Amino acid sequence: MRPRSFDVLIVGAGHGGAQAATALRQQGFEGRIGVIGDEPEFPYERPTLSKDYLAGEKTFARILIRPESYWAERDIEMLTGRLVVGVDAAAHTVALSSGDRVRYGQLIWATGGRPRKPSWAGAALRGVHMVRTRADVDLLRSELDTASEVVVVGGGYIGLEAAAVLTKLGKRVTVLEVLDRVLARVAGETLSRFFEAEHRAHGVEVRLGVSPAEFVGEAGQVRGVRMADGEVIAAQIVIVGIGIVPAVEPLVAAGAAGHNGVDVDAFGATSLSDVFAVGDCAAHLNPFGAGARIRLESVQNAHDQALTVAKVIVGKPEPYHALPWFWSNQYDLKLQTIGLSIGYDEALTRGAPAARSFSVVYFRNGRVIALDCVNATRDFVQGRALIGGPPPLDRAKLADSATPLKLVAA
Amino acid sequence: MSQLVVISRGGRQTVIDAVGGQSVMENIKEAGLDELLALCGGVCACATCHVYIDPAFGGLLAPIGEDEDDLLSGSAHRRPESRLSCQIPFDDRLAGLTCQIAPED
Repeated sequence: MRPRSFDVLIVGAGHGGAQAATALRQQGFEGRIGVIGDEPEFPYERPTLSKDYLAGEKTFARILIRPESYWAERDIEMLTGRLVVGVDAAAHTVALSSGDRVRYGQLIWATGGRPRKPSWAGAALRGVHMVRTRADVDLLRSELDTASEVVVVGGGYIGLEAAAVLTKLGKRVTVLEVLDRVLARVAGETLSRFFEAEHRAHGVEVRLGVSPAEFVGEAGQVRGVRMADGEVIAAQIVIVGIGIVPAVEPLVAAGAAGHNGVDVDAFGATSLSDVFAVGDCAAHLNPFGAGARIRLESVQNAHDQALTVAKVIVGKPEPYHALPWFWSNQYDLKLQTIGLSIGYDEALTRGAPAARSFSVVYFRNGRVIALDCVNATRDFVQGRALIGGPPPLDRAKLADSATPLKLVAA
Repeated sequence: MSQLVVISRGGRQTVIDAVGGQSVMENIKEAGLDELLALCGGVCACATCHVYIDPAFGGLLAPIGEDEDDLLSGSAHRRPESRLSCQIPFDDRLAGLTCQIAPED
């Protein structure tokens, strides 16, 4: 049988893959578009998985990125439930786990990542969960009724958001973080200490600088987490949120350059001809990232990189230059981040964390590079204009939350 | 079901059967209209579901919230009739509501 063939084949049906297909049609692309996803579902919103969807406040139908009928209406073929296991860049084909091949003119790799698997003994016990897919969260939800104690391994955004939801659902939650503060990889210390205090105030036990020794169970079901000193923290559910591993093995095996994900240039192109990558798995020189090659795990980045590649494909190339933004909801706290704080050398707190409305302004070489805004949407909006602006700014004004940021920028 | 009239950026009008209990944003998305990005999924964390609402319906809408107001103030295309469509729950009183999708920022 002749392999299926698409002018543009998109591997990955998450935010990046969905947006790549949509943007191509919006840009007037008339060729054949196929989207391969390894999950059975059509594209859906992932950030809600650790928030409203986990809380049971939204049905699955409400988190679809587009209605199911949309894709056929736009003549975008959705090949769900299929896993790409190989890429032949010379032949312009991908191989599926079923053994089938699919031919492409241009390939957009948008596979994101898989949750980093716990290496501790007992990780395969029932009740040990990760939060990356709808199936992960449906399984987790199905066990909530019979669980009263939860251990969350990892104090990043996923872990903390899950901790907030489960605490609100009445579970006794313990968060274990190996570093000396939560959110250590993504935020400054002020923000870390604030969220640590908030979780504690809501009844979460936050343990820092610790790591499980093993997950212990009975009859295949997790019963707790054993710590290095022998203590066992009882848990009927363990959630592991220790980051993702970019899902790029087939591309790297095909020769694509990259050590952490796959490297792309400012137009989303990998080192393989006619192969692009977008989203969580794409290591790029972010214009707001101090020249570092980074992967950004966010909806904004997946979306905007997909748009960049769609424009290249339709012959209207513009280098990727989107200002990063991000959000996280925990309890009644809305965190909104603008810019990238990577490599900051100074941080200033604007307003008082005790008031539960404040912002952290990050600097590098005297210039503002990012803001983390907690219940401070106005700072999130107005702070945009400060990023990359010339020094010097009036630090006293900047620290005074009564002075709107738009007046500081002037 | 009640109708919601959506006008695209290019001026194309679509009449959709809107579902109560969901936001105007969700109704627009479910109709397959893809100009509306609604990237944050409806939690009032971005401004990518910006629409212009028929002023005749202004009195029937939930008042604009502080965060919504702040997010809209960041748009170069804000008008008096601007709203974030994720912040407007649809109900039968809004039957016939017209909203136009605002230009992208």
